[in-house]
Amino acid sequence: MRTADILRFARDAATGYPLRTSLSVLAMAIGVAAVVVLTALGDGARRYVVDQFSALGSNLVIVLPGRSATGGFSPANALTTTPRDLTVDDAFALTRLPSVRRVAPLAAGNSEISANGRLREVVVAGTASTYLDIRSFRMAQGSFLPEGDWSRGAPVAVIGSKIKEEIFGSTQAVGELIRLGDRRLRIVGVLRPVGQGLGMNTDEVVFVPAAVAQSLFNTNTLFRILIEARSRGEIEAVKREVTAVLKARHGGEEDITVITQDAVLATFDRLLRALTAAVAGIAAISLAVAGILVMNVMLVAVTQRTGEIGLLKALGARGATIRNAFMAEAAMLSLVGAFTGYGLGLFGAFVLRQLYPVFPAYPPDWAVIAALGTALSTGLLFGIMPARRAARLDPVQALMKH
Amino acid sequence: MALIELAGIERVFHLGDSVVHALTRLDVGIEAGEYVAIMGPSGSGKSTLLNLLGLLDRPDAGIYRLEGRDVTTLTPDEQATVRSRRIGFVFQSFHLVPRLTAAENIALPMMLAGIGAAERAQRVATALKDFGLEKRADHRPDQLSGGQRQRVAIARATVMQPAVLLADEPTGNLDRATGDDVIHLLEALNARGMTLIVVTHDQKIGSRARRQLMMEDGELKFDSARPAAVAG
Repeated sequence: MRTADILRFARDAATGYPLRTSLSVLAMAIGVAAVVVLTALGDGARRYVVDQFSALGSNLVIVLPGRSATGGFSPANALTTTPRDLTVDDAFALTRLPSVRRVAPLAAGNSEISANGRLREVVVAGTASTYLDIRSFRMAQGSFLPEGDWSRGAPVAVIGSKIKEEIFGSTQAVGELIRLGDRRLRIVGVLRPVGQGLGMNTDEVVFVPAAVAQSLFNTNTLFRILIEARSRGEIEAVKREVTAVLKARHGGEEDITVITQDAVLATFDRLLRALTAAVAGIAAISLAVAGILVMNVMLVAVTQRTGEIGLLKALGARGATIRNAFMAEAAMLSLVGAFTGYGLGLFGAFVLRQLYPVFPAYPPDWAVIAALGTALSTGLLFGIMPARRAARLDPVQALMKH
Repeated sequence: MALIELAGIERVFHLGDSVVHALTRLDVGIEAGEYVAIMGPSGSGKSTLLNLLGLLDRPDAGIYRLEGRDVTTLTPDEQATVRSRRIGFVFQSFHLVPRLTAAENIALPMMLAGIGAAERAQRVATALKDFGLEKRADHRPDQLSGGQRQRVAIARATVMQPAVLLADEPTGNLDRATGDDVIHLLEALNARGMTLIVVTHDQKIGSRARRQLMMEDGELKFDSARPAAVAG
């Protein structure tokens, strides 16, 4: 029997029992759609996190005070490993490094803002003019903190969009005076909304010069130093040079931690990839279930068409021909189910993207290929047993069942 | 040389503890072009004999030669080829594939034999014309009358131009008039040289054949071609 005829015969056999066929196609479709949608969710989460980190600014290197390595608690250690705080002078020293493009100090704390007759708890970030470019922020109105000596801050502030909204509403904020703790500052600019980043919602932050923040909180330490490398390739050089400079400034003590965006990103990336693979695995169980359903359907088909199989044998069909016809039918059920499910899954991901526009829910290519591959192979695998059973039927017995 | 030669054919079924001898020591020869009726009560072994002749079943002992070739020792695939090329079946319950049209049912043996679509279409058209089914070509079996169904089945059985046509109670599911039409059709095929073997328990149909084989308890009781030889 020719291949084209086998395929046509299998197709006619499948469409001859529309309910049975559509139910098994549906089962396979749901399995594939589950894999596609769930991996789209998982991979969407991964992309979302990656995007958020990229939003921090490119080529970012962050310096934290204190060593992350754990030392033994001995008298020697107690003498030598006294961590020093990061200071504005430390940050300024880093601006002279060749691989560094920009440096921004960051002192942070909580305070109260009162203006326009309203009072609100806010996060105060003390930094410098460079912060805007390092974080790739945009101004909605006015300008960011002015350039100038980092150790002497002007009495100015830049507020996040949400604070502007809540305190000033639709009235003009730039040029207004606010009270921040015991300071009176003039607003010089309002940031565009950006959302979450670096663990704080930038829309609810008041930016002031680093020196202002430090005197507000009565300290001379920094929370972080943010550094932008000249290029991606120089991130390692920045790490090395920054460590060397700060070690020298801290009396030969390496009491800081330098982290790169890449390292954090890679960790999250790995984590969420594993998560996506896990949900894909769970969804794949439904594919196995669908495969077993296809087997059931094919077994029913063999029983239902026993008389027909006997007839085919009487008309000169070989066992292999009958086996191939039933295998082709199982493959078709799986194939149609798989592609229907793929379409459904893509539609599901599309609906997700419409509902949550910030969430890039696209199924990864590997998941799509794996889902289609698993669907087809389980369909074929589970089609073998019924097809062999059909091929082995005794024609005399089979013909009597009609 | 006989078309069909059966020598010492035995067929035994085991039903639980009991052993049923469906066929015992059967020796029959059938020449090409003969018209033979196999008759006998139910359980006499006539259907078993037909299944053996059609290579749907294998004897437990004995030799079956079809056109001089021992077909009992062939592999299942070789037997399938013999069924495809040399044997046509007509069944009591027609055995048409319900989802296929009359034309597609007739084309089925050619499709299984791997004959190309163009030649199939041509031979199906000829068959439809020969059996007066031109207007029924696109009808499914459930849209056909009993007589039309059996005519489609006969067209299907003969479309590969087999050496022998095996008919198992071909009129069993038909009324008298339609049954007579079918018998006339089969006899017309026989008149053109096709060997025809009909299994029936209907005396009237059996007596129309030129040769009668009477079966009883798995044994050949009477062969009208050799009245004396088997009368023991």
